[in-house]
Amino acid sequence: MSQQERTYKEPGINMETEPYWEGTKNGQLLMKRCKSCGETHFYPRAICPLCFSPDTEWYEASGKGKIYSYSIMRRAEIPYVMAYVTLDEGVTMMTNIVESDFDDIAIGKAVEVTFRKTEGDQSLPVFRLCK
Amino acid sequence: MSRTSKAYIAGIYEHPTRKATDKTIPQLHAEVAIGALKDAGLTKDDVDGYFCDGEAPGLGGMSMAEYMGLNITYTDTTETGGSSYVVHVGHAVEAIAAGKCTVALITLAGRPRAEGVSSLAARARGDDLPERGFEIPYAPVITNMYGMAAMRHMYEYGTTSEQLAWIKVAASHHAQHNEHALLRDVVTVEDVVNSPMISDPLHRLDCCVISDGGGALIVVSPEIAKSLGDRCVKVLGHGEAVKHLNGGRFDLTYTGAAKSGPIAFAEANLKPADIDYASIYDSFTITVLETIEDLGFCEKGQGGKFVSEGNLVSGVGKLPFNTDGGGLCNNHPSNRGGMTKVIEAVRQLRGEAHPKVQVPDCTLALAHGTGGQISARTGAGTVILGRNDA
Repeated sequence: MSQQERTYKEPGINMETEPYWEGTKNGQLLMKRCKSCGETHFYPRAICPLCFSPDTEWYEASGKGKIYSYSIMRRAEIPYVMAYVTLDEGVTMMTNIVESDFDDIAIGKAVEVTFRKTEGDQSLPVFRLCK
Repeated sequence: MSRTSKAYIAGIYEHPTRKATDKTIPQLHAEVAIGALKDAGLTKDDVDGYFCDGEAPGLGGMSMAEYMGLNITYTDTTETGGSSYVVHVGHAVEAIAAGKCTVALITLAGRPRAEGVSSLAARARGDDLPERGFEIPYAPVITNMYGMAAMRHMYEYGTTSEQLAWIKVAASHHAQHNEHALLRDVVTVEDVVNSPMISDPLHRLDCCVISDGGGALIVVSPEIAKSLGDRCVKVLGHGEAVKHLNGGRFDLTYTGAAKSGPIAFAEANLKPADIDYASIYDSFTITVLETIEDLGFCEKGQGGKFVSEGNLVSGVGKLPFNTDGGGLCNNHPSNRGGMTKVIEAVRQLRGEAHPKVQVPDCTLALAHGTGGQISARTGAGTVILGRNDA
């Protein structure tokens, strides 16, 4: 049984994050990696929050990960699944789990990225359980 | 023995209102200030330092200082959410020790019930927040954010909903004696786990109340404390911390208390077993569970066992907590519970808590505040307080 879905608010885009949202429009999940320390960070920034280097670069992530934690917002008019997903690249990001029966969702389960249109026609990365 | 203290808490006041339809926010700030000054035996003209959070009306503390007619030479508007007032106590102590002020007034006021604002998400949020685009579209609200912390703690340590429920049960046992408490009925574990699910695994009764009002504190120099008598309470230690998502590498099973607690204990030269009473921030049951582990009252992961043995109940357990009923049952003014945490700890050390929940010979107490969201950016403030003769 698929969930009914709510509408998604605008992300609000600035010059630091514009490439991320260009990527999602093309069906890509982009991450920021630091060329100095080699680590990926999230959310993406111009300056690496781990070593303060300004030498950071975009790259396309696998879009695969595992559920770190979740909570089903049952009290909302259209219930939805708030989650943190740990990507294979090692960082954990906030997201929603979609297209999945609430009862099937569990910590540790494998998920993959998919995209949803926002109110203002941006593209938002969300995740679904892997088949 | 007599421990040295750089400053004392001389006055406390908790506003009795829980719904302030007939008062403005500045009016509430002034009312709690009057109450705390009267409690201390001081007047407005004695105040030379003023502390408030970043949500107080106006730019910093200036509008409120003008409204209340304060003549101040020191101000601090550190904003760490609900933990702000615990942090303010620490900052006031340091300012007094440095000779920058002698009588510090700390106020909190708000009216979310009267205004119909029921969650952090409903507050105006700036478009300039760097995390905005990576969070807001997913609709995080305070309940599902704390729900994720609880879910992860259950996954890692086997904590259960029934164990979390014990925290509410303990708070309700205390609240029955507080005539001002919003929820005075004693509840059972079954009542909590059978209440409606808000955001898994948190039920309605795992959540704190929403209330209007506020409170105030007066922190004074040792010289002034001496002139005011033995109702003054020593501030023996203070610690604070900010914990955040750390570039996408984080652990939701602990809070900022893991850092602020040890700093406060080290300054006070005390350990968790020395504490007679603890005020623990209780926005949700999970907030208490993680915090008591982080402060060292039990091992990490053993919080569920600790609370389900009744350890939080005054007169029964090892760690009597939130004897006013806490945020879970009594009061969570302006969605910020740190102020009432300090106030009840001071009542306990003065022997002025309700007789049914007063800890006998209460000498050393701890008050801990948690701000923001423990599943994202969170502030922590811990103070360790001692009775006048501690």
